Amino acid sequence: MVNLEFKIGSLRFKNPVLTASGTCGYGYELEDFINPDELGGIIVKGTTPEPREGNPYPRMAETPSGMLNSVGLQNKGIEYFEKIIYPRISGFNTNVIVNINGNTIEDYVTLAERIGSLDKIPAVELNISCPNVKKGGMLFGTNPVSAREVIREVRKAYNRVLIVKLSPNVTSIEEFARIAEEEGADSVSLINTLLGMAVDINTRKPALPGFTGGLSGPAVKPVALRMVWQAARAVKIPVIGIGGIMTATDALEFIMAGASAVQVGTAIFIDPESPVKIIAGIKSYLENKGIRNYSDLIGCINS
Amino acid sequence: MAKRSEDFRVVNIKYLNELHFILELEGTKPLPEIKPGQFAQIRIDNSKNTFLRRPFSIHDVDYAGNRLKFLIRAIGDGTRTLGTIAENRMVNLIYPLGNSFSLPLPREKVLLVGGGCGIAPLLYLAKFMNRSGVVPDILLGFRNSKSIMESDEYSKTGRLFIITEDGSEGEKGLVTGHTIMKDLGAYGRVFCCGPEPMMKAVAELAKASGTECEVSLENMMACGIGVCLCCVVKSSRGNVCTCTDGPVFNIKDLQW
Ligand SMILES: Cc1cc2nc3c(=O)[nH]c(=O)nc-3n(C[C@H](O)[C@H](O)[C@H](O)COP(=O)(O)OP(=O)(O)OC[C@H]3O[C@@H](n4cnc5c(N)ncnc54)[C@H](O)[C@@H]3O)c2cc1C
Ligand SMILES: Cc1cc2nc3c(=O)[nH]c(=O)nc-3n(C[C@H](O)[C@H](O)[C@H](O)COP(=O)(O)O)c2cc1C
Ligand code: FES
Repeated sequence: MVNLEFKIGSLRFKNPVLTASGTCGYGYELEDFINPDELGGIIVKGTTPEPREGNPYPRMAETPSGMLNSVGLQNKGIEYFEKIIYPRISGFNTNVIVNINGNTIEDYVTLAERIGSLDKIPAVELNISCPNVKKGGMLFGTNPVSAREVIREVRKAYNRVLIVKLSPNVTSIEEFARIAEEEGADSVSLINTLLGMAVDINTRKPALPGFTGGLSGPAVKPVALRMVWQAARAVKIPVIGIGGIMTATDALEFIMAGASAVQVGTAIFIDPESPVKIIAGIKSYLENKGIRNYSDLIGCINS
Repeated sequence: MAKRSEDFRVVNIKYLNELHFILELEGTKPLPEIKPGQFAQIRIDNSKNTFLRRPFSIHDVDYAGNRLKFLIRAIGDGTRTLGTIAENRMVNLIYPLGNSFSLPLPREKVLLVGGGCGIAPLLYLAKFMNRSGVVPDILLGFRNSKSIMESDEYSKTGRLFIITEDGSEGEKGLVTGHTIMKDLGAYGRVFCCGPEPMMKAVAELAKASGTECEVSLENMMACGIGVCLCCVVKSSRGNVCTCTDGPVFNIKDLQW
């Protein structure tokens, strides 16, 4: 038997494979394909204090080995989440984590407080890295001063596990990982999407009406991997690796580069069963190599 | 009905003209119940530029043989690659996806309107209605007589009217100009699928004549299962997903 257990502080995850925010809905959308209880965790769609309609259609452009999205945090707001969605997902036997977003520090604090009173949500992922909104989002995550401030205020208001989701659209990822650690975050997750763009040469217009979007999928994997490696060397808190993970091999690369866990995103669109296939793949790798604890592999490329 | 991910064997690819082909697939287990208007997300493995799955309406269903048919227009790399897959190769489908056309009341007069490869979902829809005794009128629009597809199939399921842009077969013009459209009010329901400008024009006529009208949208999709929120359309309830709340919408619910 191999041991896949992963922990952030005292919070236990049955395995280190989670689904990424915005790519798995609230978990129940995947129930025809997988049993969500088998996942290490589910990070639900980015939630804001107020309901949001998001950006106009079209919101997606396919790119080589990836896609650009500009969804813009469409969601029904925290109240709807508490009343309608939470009762539906609170029975899952895995860690359901809410990805929180706002325009202001007060927004983030309010959300953290309200999520903090929901028993079955053991952690929040503080999204300071959404590239598709005009206010908040990445503006917090790319400025060291405001990143520090928002993490500090949320930390004061929230005493469960706090994961900070970092933006790759910065020069020094180490700097932001350290800020998160210094302000008391329990973990950092990265990367959110890379700011990108595509042009439609037939219409002679940008492929997305807002010009830019967030790039995800295998196209971003080498960049994500490099940033995860850098962040993991800069901090002691667990790093969760995200970006273009399609297979167990990809996941193992992130773990060997220093990630304690991974999130699977865009891969779900191509194969909704991919998160559980990745768990199985990691297991069989460990069995074949005679490794008992997956954690022995974390950051092993550095030694 | 539960969605599933399943490998299908390519039974046959039959070209109807230079651009359009029928892809016939066979599964290994009994098909789930499939409603007219539903679609499948097909994974196209051997096309370098095709990362995401591609959505296609279910054109016909053969429960006895576990077979599905798709009518596909080769428009880009993904569809061109699909059109050249060798027989007996496997393709992976996620299906059945989306909602469906509503079912007409018994003896209700129904009109199906399709243009180009937008005719795809209408064959299974017509057959489905036939089962409950409804025989629809079907109006199909094409560019010219050479681009007419599957008229034999459609004429078995209802009274078929053809219109071509150059008048080389049937009436001349666009579907909205066909004689039967002048009497749209005689129909209880009109179901429409085709290029968006065509659907919008039909929707206008339906509104004017007070006929219920449902259209099938082809918004660009990433996941097809309601998790990415990329495929939204503005409805009376705000942005909704074409892949789960649609692809079929009553025009009253759209801001058209
Ligand atoms: C619910 C649904 C049902 C559909 N049913 C059918 C069907 O039965 N038969 C059929 O031939 N096609 C159908 N389509 C459209 C089909 O999915 C696209 O033509 C296909 O994805 C194009 O893929 P490609 O790789 O060949 O082209 P690409 O290289 O991706 O694109 C070629 C061109 O097609 C456009 N395009 C790409 N995707 C779409 C899309 N989803 N809708 C409209 N334009 C698009 C692009 O903008 C580009 O200009 C359906 C779409 C939806 C959403
Ligand atoms: C359609 C889409 C929507 C997303 N929505 C969110 C979101 O609401 N909050 C968030 O933190 N990240 C969001 N992301 C980013 C992903 O969680 C993930 O960080 C990114 O896509 C990189 O991983 P991947 O390549 O495995 O998809 C979204 C990504 C996509 C493709
Ligand atoms: S295509 Fe992903 S939600 Fe509709």
